[in-house]
Amino acid sequence: MLGLRDPSLLVEVIMDGNDTAVFQQLARDELAGLYALARRLTSRDAAEDLVQETLLRAYRSFASLRDHQAGGGWLRVILTNVWRDRLRKDSRQPSEVPIDDVEHFSLYRTLVEEDPFPYSDRLHLDFLGSFSEHDVHLVLQRLAPLYRAPLVLRYMEGFPTKQIAQVLELPLGTVLSQLHRGRKLFERALWDYATESGLMSGTVAGREDAPCID
Amino acid sequence: MHRLISCSAAVERLWAYLDQDLDEHDQREVEAHLALCKRCCGELELAKHLRRFLATKHAADLPPGVRDRLDRFIDALAEPAGEGGTQ
Repeated sequence: MLGLRDPSLLVEVIMDGNDTAVFQQLARDELAGLYALARRLTSRDAAEDLVQETLLRAYRSFASLRDHQAGGGWLRVILTNVWRDRLRKDSRQPSEVPIDDVEHFSLYRTLVEEDPFPYSDRLHLDFLGSFSEHDVHLVLQRLAPLYRAPLVLRYMEGFPTKQIAQVLELPLGTVLSQLHRGRKLFERALWDYATESGLMSGTVAGREDAPCID
Repeated sequence: MHRLISCSAAVERLWAYLDQDLDEHDQREVEAHLALCKRCCGELELAKHLRRFLATKHAADLPPGVRDRLDRFIDALAEPAGEGGTQ
């Protein structure tokens, strides 16, 4: 069912009480994951409403979900659909952001140049290890939604690139290019955040307690 | 033999390479470049770490107040009026 273009467009079906109970259980099981995805895609204020709208659309088309095991992915697709529709309505969103100054940024080379010691393999691990989950959240929020969404869907939610193109109703080439730009912007934002918030001082000095992400 | 590509061309495709989003020809070009360029192997390592980093850095906190409101919303779906509010 994950390949559905927009499950909410399917015919509404009246559900009996049993189906409703099954849907409610699915919704409760998936609530934390849905809210987390909503928070990555949008602001705190908009996230709760995004989940509500998702639950409404999903409830209306629940009868179309044949494999209940796939319910989590199905709900995430619907949430992304709702988010996409809302973003389109919001004319304040720029369609693209300039990226020329970021195109040639390399986090790898920047880290190597910053390292006062002979380069070691631990350097980038130490750098990444200095970010808490909250730090990563703040870094992602710095990216325009256009670039943040494909990154979140691909690398945090594990959607295949083709499915992202389907869900966002974009050509595959566009998604690939947004992923590329998004990664560049993310690397640059990681670096800027680390220098602004002093994370780097802990990294280059070689924090022994930095958690290893391996 | 595959066409020689520059470091910037290789780096540009590294993540798509890891995602297996490249066609076979482009995949081979990247591999051929990595075989001869140590710096780009470093870039590849960082790209791998960054992918894993994104996949594991999940702050999935659902604040209790939000959970309560959404729970009530889910309850209200079953009510005869159908798509009820959060009250």
